[in-house]
Amino acid sequence: MSLSREDVQKVAGLARLRMTDSQLDEMAPKLNSILGFVEQLSEVETDNVEPLSNVARSTLSLRKDEVNDGECRDKVLANAPEAEEGFYAVPKVVE
Amino acid sequence: MTELTNLTIATALEGLKNKDFTATELTQAHIAAVESARDLNCFITETPEIALKQANEADARYNAGTALALDGIPIGMKDLFCTEGVKTTAASKILGNFVPTYESTVSQKLWNAGCTMLGKLNLDEFAMGSANTTSAFGNVINPWKPNDGSNADLVPGGSSGGSSAAVAAQLCLGATGTDTGGSIRQPAAFTGICGIKPTYGRCSRWGIVAFASSLDQAGAFARTTEDCALLLNAMCGHDPKDSTSSRQDVPDFTATLNDDLKGKKIGIPKEYRVDGMPDEIEKIWSQGMEWLKDQGAEIVDVSLPHTKYALPTYYIIAPAECSSNLARYDGVRYGLRETGDDLRDMYELTRAEGFGEEVQRRIMIGTYVLSAGYYDAYYIKAQKVRRLITEDFDKAFEQCEALLTPTAPSSAFAIGENDDDPIKMYLNDVFTVPTSMAGLPGMSVPAGLDSRGLPLGLQIICKAWDEQTVFNVARGIEKAANFTAKPQILGLSRAA
Repeated sequence: MSLSREDVQKVAGLARLRMTDSQLDEMAPKLNSILGFVEQLSEVETDNVEPLSNVARSTLSLRKDEVNDGECRDKVLANAPEAEEGFYAVPKVVE
Repeated sequence: MTELTNLTIATALEGLKNKDFTATELTQAHIAAVESARDLNCFITETPEIALKQANEADARYNAGTALALDGIPIGMKDLFCTEGVKTTAASKILGNFVPTYESTVSQKLWNAGCTMLGKLNLDEFAMGSANTTSAFGNVINPWKPNDGSNADLVPGGSSGGSSAAVAAQLCLGATGTDTGGSIRQPAAFTGICGIKPTYGRCSRWGIVAFASSLDQAGAFARTTEDCALLLNAMCGHDPKDSTSSRQDVPDFTATLNDDLKGKKIGIPKEYRVDGMPDEIEKIWSQGMEWLKDQGAEIVDVSLPHTKYALPTYYIIAPAECSSNLARYDGVRYGLRETGDDLRDMYELTRAEGFGEEVQRRIMIGTYVLSAGYYDAYYIKAQKVRRLITEDFDKAFEQCEALLTPTAPSSAFAIGENDDDPIKMYLNDVFTVPTSMAGLPGMSVPAGLDSRGLPLGLQIICKAWDEQTVFNVARGIEKAANFTAKPQILGLSRAA
């Protein structure tokens, strides 16, 4: 499996990373070298193996299902590049 | 008076209790050391005022007879731990101006134990790297120099390179680190100090900038096993704010620190004899086995058959989790924002400008292996192999109580040496990644010097929650190795 320049461009779009033409050219062989390296996993017989998603040796606990706003709106917004009237501000989304 | 930066945490605590010196004097000595070693670039942010304020409070407690467990001990905090009111960058441009409004659980626990904060330590960007050469704030320089007269600047290991270099250069008595695939153990080995990654779940991840959440775990650097145990005592414990943090009781790791290894079974995994491993690594490993045998331990051969698949598994799982975790850097909630024509434009420009090359590469790999059509072939496959790797360890620990391996396949290399080829760089972590995949505790202890006069480390790995045996075996190695070598730089920078 080898990624073409177009494939790399598509993945960059999914990852929301703007890449110049020369960056795409540089990225493709490096990604292919990593994908080539991980390819060796296909040798491993895993037909009856359950995927392991986490090694936390505990069961997840539940907290109380309570509605609250955390009472820390200003703290949450303190690092926002742009905040107005208690909200995050972003470039216009709808025309 | 003994040079205060030369102490261990344990001896410093004794000196403080005996009033040989004050916490303020101890902290001042370290602040001066930090200032005199700025060329190593260990710190992204220095916080001498905070350290002195904390030291002052510690002195008051010593005078009142209410001293805390680590009262007045100056440490460095990896700049991946959020510190309230103090810039926390993750060594990334995208978080370059981020000032957290809250404190990470682990750092809070250390302040609660009385530690003083000298500053925030440099690292690889988002902890992604093995040489501390991906930081947006510049490379960290290893205080050790090769004895070949080249005077080359060497890497301190990564990702916790600021932590390892600062502790080795005696700028702080201890430091925090995080370990996702070897980021504590490999830099500890490269700088001739001790570094422990406890069992996954021992330390809360709350407030640690996330890289790969199923692997990330906080740990400690110090110059002795006992000091690492002292730090870990303060750092571990259940935290309701991290759902993967364990409710397991945390023992006092120093209370039963015991180097009596009589009858202990130490496993030697044959798969860790990798092709092309330098003779010197092989030699120090055999030396380690001899040391343990001399102390009455029994050496047993064990097999971890899926070892060679740990790195490829890691380079699917870690980037996949990285791409999910780093999706939050969108220019909206915190950090950098670049101006764009519309929302998507703003996202893409912000992320392209804010993330460095290695981080972008890992986001790309992660996005690809999680994308429609490839998820099963890569991500699920890797999770299945991860189970096999974990089961290998379970089986090995039926035959032994601890594993002994080299920490890294080489000593510290020159800055820039492995930068051209990501795979070559990734191979640094070949001995540390399997432990991370299985969530087990692992520690590196300095064992000797190679022919270039550079430190080599040995790794001890135990069952989940058995940090005590990790420490005990490490203590045995430490006692036998009697590693007293210091970086050459110490003679120079302290002359003033």
